[in-house]
Amino acid sequence: MTGAAEATAPHGPGTGDAPPVLALAGVSKSFGAVRALREVSLELRAGEAHALAGENGAGKSTLVKTLSGVHRPDSGQVLMDGQPVEFHKPADAQRHGVAVIYQEPTMFPDLSVAENIFIGRQPRASLGRIDRGEMRARAAELFARLGVALDPEQPARGLSIADQQLVEIAKALSRDARVLIMDEPTAALSGNEVARLFTVVKALREQGCALLFISHRLDEIFELCQQVTTLRDGAWIASEPVAGLTHEALIRRMVGRDLDTLYPKLDAVAGEVALKVHRLTREGVFTDVSFEVRRGEIVALAGLVGAGRSEVARAVFGVDRWDAGWVEVNGRRLPPASPTAAMSAGVALVPEDRRQQGLVMDQSIERNIGLTGLKGLRRGPVISRAAERDRARDWAIRLQLKFNRLSDAVNVLSGGNQQKVVLAKWLSTRPQVLIIDEPTRGIDVGTKAEVHRVLSELASDGMAVLMISSELPEVLGMADRVLVMQEGRLVADIPRADATEESVMTAATGRAS
Amino acid sequence: MAPDVTAVNSARAPLSRFLRWDVLVGILLVVVFIGGAAGSPEFANIDNLSFALGDLGEIALIALAMTLLVVAAEVDLSVASVLGLSSALVGNLWDAGWAIETIIPLVIVVGAVCGLVNGLLVTRLGLPSLAVTIGTLALYRGLALVVLGDRAIAEFPQTYVNLAVGDVPGTPIPYPVAVFAVLAVITAVLLHATGFGRALFAIGAQVEAAHFAGIRVKRIKLILFVVSGVVAAFAGVVYTLRYGSARADNGSGLELAVIAAVLLGGVDFDGGRGTLGGVIAGVLLIGLLRNLLMLNDVSTEIQSIVTGLLLVISVITPRLVAVARQRRRVPSPVVPTPPTT
Repeated sequence: MTGAAEATAPHGPGTGDAPPVLALAGVSKSFGAVRALREVSLELRAGEAHALAGENGAGKSTLVKTLSGVHRPDSGQVLMDGQPVEFHKPADAQRHGVAVIYQEPTMFPDLSVAENIFIGRQPRASLGRIDRGEMRARAAELFARLGVALDPEQPARGLSIADQQLVEIAKALSRDARVLIMDEPTAALSGNEVARLFTVVKALREQGCALLFISHRLDEIFELCQQVTTLRDGAWIASEPVAGLTHEALIRRMVGRDLDTLYPKLDAVAGEVALKVHRLTREGVFTDVSFEVRRGEIVALAGLVGAGRSEVARAVFGVDRWDAGWVEVNGRRLPPASPTAAMSAGVALVPEDRRQQGLVMDQSIERNIGLTGLKGLRRGPVISRAAERDRARDWAIRLQLKFNRLSDAVNVLSGGNQQKVVLAKWLSTRPQVLIIDEPTRGIDVGTKAEVHRVLSELASDGMAVLMISSELPEVLGMADRVLVMQEGRLVADIPRADATEESVMTAATGRAS
Repeated sequence: MAPDVTAVNSARAPLSRFLRWDVLVGILLVVVFIGGAAGSPEFANIDNLSFALGDLGEIALIALAMTLLVVAAEVDLSVASVLGLSSALVGNLWDAGWAIETIIPLVIVVGAVCGLVNGLLVTRLGLPSLAVTIGTLALYRGLALVVLGDRAIAEFPQTYVNLAVGDVPGTPIPYPVAVFAVLAVITAVLLHATGFGRALFAIGAQVEAAHFAGIRVKRIKLILFVVSGVVAAFAGVVYTLRYGSARADNGSGLELAVIAAVLLGGVDFDGGRGTLGGVIAGVLLIGLLRNLLMLNDVSTEIQSIVTGLLLVISVITPRLVAVARQRRRVPSPVVPTPPTT
């Protein structure tokens, strides 16, 4: 269905005749009742960079994990050179020459770069000893081939994420990888680092590697790739040449509707200042961060992964300490490092990681919702189960939670419904300041719209909302103001009218995107 | 367009409600009782049962505090040593002519300090309680030996000995067991019906989520360790008076019986799960088994082997059951990892 297009590729010698190096044919994959992939097809060809586009939760990571042997498809086939293959585990995919470079590679920090590259397959000298000289020489040769200057003897600890990715690429090359899958490699990189990565990747492409590239930054897709496949809600939408496609057309494929209707931010009159953060500093994490959030306002905190956004939120709420500065809620200073004090001052934090931080996964819906307001559930010295249940039921109805019984453990719910439980848990404390970290990460598009509607209504009712989000459309659609952090500092405060993908990304990366 | 998520729900089989571990232990308790009564004529008479209960007193008391700790995913292995230290202090001070009325509160305070040391090491330095309390297990027992050496102090006044071995007037219930019954009710309410109990379960199941929910995790853990020390010290007083003998090595190894009872009662060693009813059944089960073994003249070595086996079985069985359940469910519906990108 793809590849036949004539207009395809300036770099696509492999297009057309030879079967694709790696392909998916009609692959479906479900987790419980969540259908992560529905009959998705994809063809990766030698010498071609293929982009995978789609919103969060569209199924991109599941697709990558299917290609790399982490998941096995429920139905459909994985094909290599036109032949069906079955990857039972990641090692199978590796043996077939499929390598994945993750956003943040995991390395053995105490081993050298060369040892990391050849881990488990070290070159041997006599008596089975590891031939260190040979290992070093081969690592140096790989780096020369990639055209990067890295010392094979250096320990992996302290390498930047960009350098770690290059080590991973060298590792893939050392295994003669024919397919390189890059899952959001640029999310945490600076402008120069992205440029260097692209030089390396383009060279590999020209050497005949097949590339699958995932990025939220559309410009990068247009710069690097010849083909693009779009997923939405786990379904295949289109595979087409990048040439001739516009940004707008691609976004329409990803979202399936106009952005404005997806993010229904109501206009609200900003009231007095509810949250004031003054020169807050946590050494080595964030520095000199000052901002205000007014009642009725949704303020987004944008920036790259690792810019320090979640860390600021954690400090404001008191989960972490801070070293300098102060936080005021409704004019009253908060003591440092006390979530209890922050809660009684009217602050709520919906954390980033709902499975670890937001919920007690084994416990029931009602217990999770009740956990933030145990005092209010007391009748005499004991907790009233009826009150606990009533509170949970109230919020479950208000947030349109889909559940069987309130006594069911939250781990049987879908991601979107789990997020609603976390919201209920915090909204039931009647906060005046709501800090919400990645409100829609990993939840389906329908629930996403509901969460956005709820946030918008809360702001209209006078709540001050501080929203951390890595999804630019969400930031642009929801926020009255956009604060941008870069490397632990607040670098921009952009009003809604001036906030565009370009202005935010420029501030976040210190480069024109 | 949104995936159909309403149906994600394990329809729990009605049978599995009865197959709860603590209920099973309760049933086992009844079986052992009936079996014991049938097999040994001395077993099921009031005097023997009263003795068996009294003999359980210290284990039962300490198990209450231990349950709270284990639910919060901590453990205190130093309890038997605190008991020994308490016993040694009672002996030493009594020998030095102090009044029992002065000795008891003082010993309780020492127990609190022992617990505080455990708690501070765990909460302030972030050390695992298993390691910390193995260390203080040795430390406190060592202190007990310093206090009393290898002497044995006996001849405590009969009025106090009576409090430890005598029955509540008009009943066959020994005083320590009556104290235990009252404390057990309080602990059960605390664990299962108060905000404190809810906090303990949350801490044990997902400590980070508990912290994010504004629960003062460190403070609560510190309190639990202090309570554990206090209860162990009190149990030391009971032990000393009951045997009428204060020795530095009193109660050594008792922590294993306590932990065996708690785990046998269905409390998850990883925290976050368990019922006090289960623990009480576990304590009674261990007590009856020990009593039966004793009545049948089984050596203490074998008794120790039985305790050890029970401990291992109670840790292993729930895991095996969980694994078996997991296998039965075809596409594991428990963790629908949302596709994230």
